[in-house]
Amino acid sequence: MGFRFDLLMFMIVLLSVPVLSNLILSNVDRRIDLTTQAVRITSTLKVENTGSDLVSEVLLAFPDDQAKHLAYLTATNNEGKGKAKSSSVSFPVDVVRPKGMHPSLTFYSVSLPKGLGKGASLTLDVLAVFAHALQPFPERITQPDIQLVVFNETAHYLSPYAVKVQSLTVKLPDARIESFSKIENTKIHGSEVKYGPYENLPPFSYSSIVVHFEANQPFAIAQQLIREIEISHWGNVQVTEHYNLVHGGAQSKGEFSRLDYQARPHVRGASAIRHLVAKLPPRAHSIYYRDEIGNISTSKLWGDPKKTELVIEPRYPMFGGWRTAFTIGYGLPLQDFLFHSEGKRYLNISFGSPINEVVIDTLIVKVVLPEGSADISVSAPFPVKQGQETKFSHLDVVGRPVIVLEKTNVVLEHNQHFQVYYKFSSLSMFGEPLMLISGFFFLFVACIIYMHADLSISKSSPSYLAKLQWDEVQAGVQQVRNIFDRCLTLHDKLEASLRDLSRTGDVQACKASRKAVDGLLKDISKDLKPLLLSLQSSPQAAQILPKVEELVAKERDLQEKLMVKHSTVVDSYEKKLSGREIENRVALQQQKITALRQEVDDLLDFIDEI
Amino acid sequence: MVGKAEPVNGSVKSGSNQSIPATMQSPLKKSDLIPNLSLKTLKLKTKQQELLIRVSILCLVYVLAFITRLFSVLRYESMIHEFDPYFNYRTTLFLTEKGFYEFWNWFDSESWYPLGRIIGGTLYPGLMVTAAIIYWLLRFLRFAIHIREVCVLTAPFFASNTTLVAYFFGKEVWDSGAGLVAAALIAICPGYISRSVAGSYDNEGVAIFALLLTFYLFVKAVNTGSLAWALASAFAYFYMVSAWGGYVFIINLIPLYVLVLLITGRYSMRLYVAYNSMYVLGMLLAMQIRFVGFQHVQSGEHMAAMGVFFLLQVFFFLDWVKHLLSDTKLFQAFLRITVTTAIGVGAIALGVGMASGYISPWTGRFYSLLDPTYAKDHIPIIASVSEHQPTAWSSFMFDFHILLFLFPAGLYFCFKRLSDATIFIVMYGLTSMYFAGVMVRLILVATPAVCLISAIAVSATIKNLTLVARAKSKVTQTGSVRGSSSSKGSSKPFQRNGAIALLLGAFYLLSKYATHCTWVTSEAYSSPSIVLAARGAHGNRVIFDDYREAYFWLRKNTPPDAKVMSWWDYGYQITAMGNRTVIVDNNTWNNTHIATVGRAMSSYEDEAYEIMRSLDVDYVLVVFGGVTGYSSDDINKFLWMVRIGGGVFPVIKEPDYLVNGEYRVDKGAAPKMLNCLMYKLSYYRFGELTTEYGKPPGYDRARGVEIGNKDIKLEYLEEAFTTSNWIVRIYKVKPPNNRW
Repeated sequence: MGFRFDLLMFMIVLLSVPVLSNLILSNVDRRIDLTTQAVRITSTLKVENTGSDLVSEVLLAFPDDQAKHLAYLTATNNEGKGKAKSSSVSFPVDVVRPKGMHPSLTFYSVSLPKGLGKGASLTLDVLAVFAHALQPFPERITQPDIQLVVFNETAHYLSPYAVKVQSLTVKLPDARIESFSKIENTKIHGSEVKYGPYENLPPFSYSSIVVHFEANQPFAIAQQLIREIEISHWGNVQVTEHYNLVHGGAQSKGEFSRLDYQARPHVRGASAIRHLVAKLPPRAHSIYYRDEIGNISTSKLWGDPKKTELVIEPRYPMFGGWRTAFTIGYGLPLQDFLFHSEGKRYLNISFGSPINEVVIDTLIVKVVLPEGSADISVSAPFPVKQGQETKFSHLDVVGRPVIVLEKTNVVLEHNQHFQVYYKFSSLSMFGEPLMLISGFFFLFVACIIYMHADLSISKSSPSYLAKLQWDEVQAGVQQVRNIFDRCLTLHDKLEASLRDLSRTGDVQACKASRKAVDGLLKDISKDLKPLLLSLQSSPQAAQILPKVEELVAKERDLQEKLMVKHSTVVDSYEKKLSGREIENRVALQQQKITALRQEVDDLLDFIDEI
Repeated sequence: MVGKAEPVNGSVKSGSNQSIPATMQSPLKKSDLIPNLSLKTLKLKTKQQELLIRVSILCLVYVLAFITRLFSVLRYESMIHEFDPYFNYRTTLFLTEKGFYEFWNWFDSESWYPLGRIIGGTLYPGLMVTAAIIYWLLRFLRFAIHIREVCVLTAPFFASNTTLVAYFFGKEVWDSGAGLVAAALIAICPGYISRSVAGSYDNEGVAIFALLLTFYLFVKAVNTGSLAWALASAFAYFYMVSAWGGYVFIINLIPLYVLVLLITGRYSMRLYVAYNSMYVLGMLLAMQIRFVGFQHVQSGEHMAAMGVFFLLQVFFFLDWVKHLLSDTKLFQAFLRITVTTAIGVGAIALGVGMASGYISPWTGRFYSLLDPTYAKDHIPIIASVSEHQPTAWSSFMFDFHILLFLFPAGLYFCFKRLSDATIFIVMYGLTSMYFAGVMVRLILVATPAVCLISAIAVSATIKNLTLVARAKSKVTQTGSVRGSSSSKGSSKPFQRNGAIALLLGAFYLLSKYATHCTWVTSEAYSSPSIVLAARGAHGNRVIFDDYREAYFWLRKNTPPDAKVMSWWDYGYQITAMGNRTVIVDNNTWNNTHIATVGRAMSSYEDEAYEIMRSLDVDYVLVVFGGVTGYSSDDINKFLWMVRIGGGVFPVIKEPDYLVNGEYRVDKGAAPKMLNCLMYKLSYYRFGELTTEYGKPPGYDRARGVEIGNKDIKLEYLEEAFTTSNWIVRIYKVKPPNNRW
């Protein structure tokens, strides 16, 4: 512990530094919580102004090697004691470098907005959280060894002011305490070690103490965590968190035995990280947990209306010094996190990681706003480094603006909400669907154009000409087909008129309809002629032509037979023959007609197939 | 005209060749009357109706082929399967990140340590380039997807495309009805699905598409004699060469086919144009692939194609001479002289080429195809791969189901209507069936042929049956409308009922085929094999994700330059997922190196340590199934390590590891077996573990015995990591002791 020796050396130097102001600390009560890997020091300072001037700032001092691990520092005014903590006001805290001070100390100044008048006093609650303040000792252990850590502090409160009365309580986890520095007024009380009270100590008093104890809680340290929060105005806030995790406790050495670990996991591998708990916001959905090489199946999820709890196990139990990397992602309902204020929208979401026990070395939060957002501003409860970049996601043209917030040494206390304000027009939401729709539209239009356009290179090649002729023939055949359809309907009409006749006996009407049909059929045969001629002239139609001609002949035959039948029936009616006789007379014709009709149908179907 | 078949809904022929079908159709079509009655109400022309039905069936088949391959994505996740695909994935990743030229010149120092591997020159880049192009295209269209998704879905996408090719091929060979049936059959045929499920990102995934496309375009070129089709087939061949080593099948089958056409007197100008342009251009293009290089002119496997090329020139020359000479006798003499000279010159050229070493002899792989027993005796490394084993009858049944019975029927129909195209499909079917019998994995190559030929059988049969059934039904219908007895049709009263019964039978069989295919796909071919699943005691699914656990541990907790020794099966996975250097991997190009690893695994620990020191090995990885009962572990593969190691280093003798020719790991095992490195690494501290209730500790569940050596001490290695189910065990090689 050469380190302690150094400190004593420079303490001598420090003592010569002049007193800064007329403040004194009449009472200092410190509680150090060592139960988690982040060290929390809560100090209650009673500040008194003994001078005559109004004092507007209180200085807090930390040695540099502690200050660089300082993750979080707040000073609140504790007006009423105990219960009335809700009325506490937090004061702004800034780094300062007062002149004439020792360079190995870092000072933070708590600004008092109202100032502290002569003789007045004030109670300050200072919470300082340190990451990486616990050092594993020994640094390398084997699998069955327990993990021991040491913690260095000063028993006397390090302050530029004189301290009248002070005391210190160190809270340790409920486990073995290897050793702790015994100086005057040291008491041990269960898992708590108490130092003090000490009275009337001058400024910059320092008395080093060391606590060496067993700590088997996981030392999960995220060397880097990238949280990407992507807003979709279609109703989702997608959070993706990329963890780069290392076990920051004592390095493991020697064999890893799965057998031992399986048989007695809490003895052989007590300090290993077995699982982590991510407390996600309520109504989180589409949760996944994966890494570079795929999904990790060892996770469990519980959800209730108040919270969603995801228990994740890394692929392997993590021993000291082992690393892993993984990604968790989840979707959140938009209305829980996105709000309107004064014409702007703002996202209000938690800054830190949902996994509470993790200490984060570098946290990068990226907020991906929808494409077309403008007028972006960020409000964070503590200082962060800001940047901006652009991300291209599905169907983006200009890219989405991304706000990048970076912060080092992040602990649980940083899980506070921050806000990103921006302007976004709701109409822009429809840009991307419209793009898709128009894309498909143009695809179909292109297909239609392709189908209708004539893309052949040579307009005079024989195959091209043959194709053109064939198209013509097909068109012609189609027309012929239509004409025959009309013929057939006319035939049906004749039959219908016969049926009317048998029902009503109206001979004249029947005759009239026959006349009308006859006329129409004549017209049709006139229409047919030019078509047949054109078909005859085309060489391509050689195979079809005989069929068509056969069809024409058959149809004409059918037409005649029908007429004959019609007139026979009408005649019979005029002669007032009985129904049975009429049937006998037309039976033969009827048979022929049926057969002909059959053949015509066959031919028509054949023509259809072309 | 029994075999004459038209698609059920009539056929549409393009203008250029309508003359042939039109004349052939006439006798049939008369009976084709009734079916359009209901559809007529749609106001569509028959042709349009037919087109609509055909296109919608094709679209459905296209979608079906894609979605039936997604079982594994739904059951597990979007992940790469098996072993080789991991290499393909890794190279694709490299290609998309670094660009094509870097990829082409890539020297990979992470495999085959310390030799390394020139990736660009030793792989078929078709698959990776295809995936990368799809990826870039999608990126260009602003779809922000990961390359992994592209890789996972490449095989199903190409399987869908294959169905389209199968349709056109079937249409070309037979008619569009057969094409539709072929598309539907191949879409779900297990033989093809086995290599093209989502995640099976392997060369075969795109190669079968390329293979069928080449064949289709070539047949089309032969049928039309069009230069354009021949060129298209040359480019398809180029794509095939770039994608898979199986292109050798094409370059031998097509010449064989041409030869058969020549022998059967079917030589024509169309054939001449098709083969010459396809061969010459295809050969030149194929030379652009570095891995293939000048093999088309230098290796024995490609000489048949060249021989047929020259033979075709001789034929052309003779044809020309015959045209000029009117005297047949003179021509006969000329023919004899020319053929003798040509064959003589060819034989001499081949002999000289072989003797001078210009033409390399056939490779072992080629021999092992022609002679199934060859690999067993000469190349243990080929024989050790399970997919290179001869095919069992059961796997034919498993992969083809009813197609196995339809195949001969289809051959019958093909012989009944012999044409250039049907001859091709018959030859393709017969040769590929033979190869499928030689090696399990070649069932894949046979699948398209079997599907096409079976489709011809199905289509022709159903066509005939429906014709019979419809002819009758029409008559009865018209009869009932007219109220008079029909004049014809009463002669064969049972024909129609028989036809309907047979139709129902056919549909029953086809539906059985569909259920079988789905079942096989879901049960057998959709497991990623990197994640193992089992049923728990309560019927719940238990996942063994040990492989990834181990690879990820390697990736995160070993030095970045660590060298990992394992049997070659896991090489690709370790480099792709663990991102660490391996000694040997699945590209088994250096037998000696593999034999060295085999030797290390089968030596005593101190000897093995020397070998491992010389190879700079930091970690040793073994796969062990004794706890879970996973049977394809290293102990079961161990005899192959001994054989391959012994093939190069005679100090390793297989009998040393056997007792009376029996391979065992229990107390009765051979002493060398009980103390060799593989045994020690697999069973280290296993003797203290109780695996099954009621069994002594150290009970190996994979082999069902209590192990013979429970007190294993390791001197030069230490356990570094063992996965939660003990499937993968990783040991660290200790540094040498300080001498002072």
